[in-house]
Amino acid sequence: MKSKNTLSNALRNGDYKTKLSMIIMGFGCMARKQIVKGIGILLIEIGFIYFLASSGIHNLMMLPSLGWRKQEEVWNEAKGIYEYTKGDMSILILLYGVATILLIVAFILFWMLQLKHAYKLQLLEEEGKNIPTLKQDFKSLLDKNLHVTLMSLPMLGILIFNIVPLLFMISMAFTNYSKENDHLILFDWVGLKNFARVLSLNGNIGRQFWHVAGWTIIWAILATFLNYFLGMILALIINRKGTHFKAFWRFCFVISIAVPQFVSLLIMRTLLQPQGAVNAILKTSGLINSPLPFMTDAMWARVTIIIINLWIGIPYTMLQVTGILQNIPSDLYEAAKIDGAGPVVIFFKITLPYMLFVTTPYLITTFTGNINNFNVIYLLTGGGPTYVGDTAGQSDLLITWLYKLTVDNKYYNIGAVIGILSFILLSIVSLVTYRNSQSYKNEEAFK
Amino acid sequence: METKKNAIKSPLGKRLGNLLVHVFLAALAVVWIFPVVWIILISFRAEKGSYITTFIPKHFTFDNYIRLFTDRNILNFPQMVWNTFIIAVFTCIISTFFVLSVSYCTSRLRFKLRKPFMNMAMILGLFPGIMSMVAVYFILKALGLSEGAMIRVALVIVYSACSGMGFQIAKGFFDTIPKGIDEAAMVDGATQWDVFTKITIPLSKPIIVYTILTSFIGPWVDFIFAKVICRANAKYYTVAIGLWNMLDKEYINSWYTCFAAGAVIISIPIATLFLVMQKFYVDGMTGAVKG
Repeated sequence: MKSKNTLSNALRNGDYKTKLSMIIMGFGCMARKQIVKGIGILLIEIGFIYFLASSGIHNLMMLPSLGWRKQEEVWNEAKGIYEYTKGDMSILILLYGVATILLIVAFILFWMLQLKHAYKLQLLEEEGKNIPTLKQDFKSLLDKNLHVTLMSLPMLGILIFNIVPLLFMISMAFTNYSKENDHLILFDWVGLKNFARVLSLNGNIGRQFWHVAGWTIIWAILATFLNYFLGMILALIINRKGTHFKAFWRFCFVISIAVPQFVSLLIMRTLLQPQGAVNAILKTSGLINSPLPFMTDAMWARVTIIIINLWIGIPYTMLQVTGILQNIPSDLYEAAKIDGAGPVVIFFKITLPYMLFVTTPYLITTFTGNINNFNVIYLLTGGGPTYVGDTAGQSDLLITWLYKLTVDNKYYNIGAVIGILSFILLSIVSLVTYRNSQSYKNEEAFK
Repeated sequence: METKKNAIKSPLGKRLGNLLVHVFLAALAVVWIFPVVWIILISFRAEKGSYITTFIPKHFTFDNYIRLFTDRNILNFPQMVWNTFIIAVFTCIISTFFVLSVSYCTSRLRFKLRKPFMNMAMILGLFPGIMSMVAVYFILKALGLSEGAMIRVALVIVYSACSGMGFQIAKGFFDTIPKGIDEAAMVDGATQWDVFTKITIPLSKPIIVYTILTSFIGPWVDFIFAKVICRANAKYYTVAIGLWNMLDKEYINSWYTCFAAGAVIISIPIATLFLVMQKFYVDGMTGAVKG
């Protein structure tokens, strides 16, 4: 059933009290005995108009140019000193501009909401029903409208510290905000130029991008699937009938992930330095003459990272998988054994399909987690050892490169482009795999 | 695999297969435990420096732990522990409230923005957090939270403001509590708020404990946000930055063993909490929590 209380109905069928609410917000409430609420709504309107007049319009006007006044020295005759005039800060103009646009959108939504509310009161009056008092309204916040009470603050947090920063960062991708040509204070809109630079096959930035993107994908695939299969095999070995001390073995592996990741990664890093303990011990025992280049040779570093990631990832997979393995219907196994299937056949024909079916969502999260796996790369190699361009290293992922570009090197615009591109990559991968997975296509297969 | 196949056939082969499996597991366990044992040994080592040629230290000592808490001139470890503790307590309170609220609403209440909100949370989750880090810093700066004691407030905000997006695990738990209980209470005149506080929360102790612990651990193990927001303000460093700095070229020679001691001190409580939470973690991920 479609509700009568819609915006178009309010515009078409509203009486003068409702229609006046379009201009004097909250009028519908005030005219229908909801005085306090009406005044509250009106105050919000006044506050918004004041905000627009005092700074909002200015913020919007500055947005197209992003500012142009340079900071200048001016000789002050009276004091006899040089004074600095305040120049424009493009970054603040951009931030305030984005925030103002969001406030305007929020205000329009609020306007629609209050208009609908005014119309609802009109309908209630026409039907001869009671119009809720302020007290009843407050009560409904703990009952029918509890979600408003509980969700407001968390939503506000997400809005200010997730959505605004994202929009802000995305808008930087279309500017020349970087240390190149000294655009750190004043910068301009440049359209899609940054995207063209990043995606081009030649040129400094483009070359680095394709190199880093290629390694990111190789890394994510290897890290995800190696961890998954080896973790599953480990879980199977621990779970098999003949194995004793199952809890003890599980504990041994879990203890390594119970230690905070940054601690264990830092330990690994110091262990594997050219002068680190592993090399030192190998050397004194006479196995090698010169230190093994775990972190100093590009190829070695990549392999080392993947292996260390196995050390971190296998126990996780084992933890997740153990519970699911025990859920596999045992009659499936018994039937297979009667048919004379060996352990290998059983693994590939029963265990693996079942696991893939159940854990596809988990695999997707691990894959996206690996594409964004900042800790492992940053704490182990820092993206090193050698550089492919002026900022990216041989083992950098898109995410660590993004960090270096923005935090260390102040190429904010390129960093933003990388962020947007990795988001696109992630959403494509997760959507495609999810759509093609058995658990999406055929929900009932194993039930 | 071949040995296993034979194992089914003869008792001797079976015993041999079992033995092989156990040897294999033991070898793996050694590899996995090695770094943990290593760092504990280092933390009791008397010889300074990071260049080591023996596995077992030549002399054992408690000095590393003592120095960690008494040498407050260069790297003030007690201060860092205190900073992190304060931040963790406030983060924990706010996050727990946010997570439980959002999970309850998405699980139990039906409102128009429910689906859009859940989709939005999924999409926003795909954006790399590092990407918006710089922007978050600019916003905190614009709000006047980037200097002095306000850095602590800024860190609490960074860790807790968006926690409402991590509602899936607790929602999965709430979903398993039978709805009949709610409905029975509502027939008796209970409001949604009563149901939330008097029925759902008392029934959800495990997931509440889980939420509290995860949000409390967050600030202890994050190091990248803390680093970007604290910058050079050593007074407000958290433990993670402190440990990272001990491995800096400048400090590593004299602080390496203290780093190990610090790592052990931080890891013991966190590892214990992790082992306690393991069950909830696994259940939450596989979505198999029974009410």
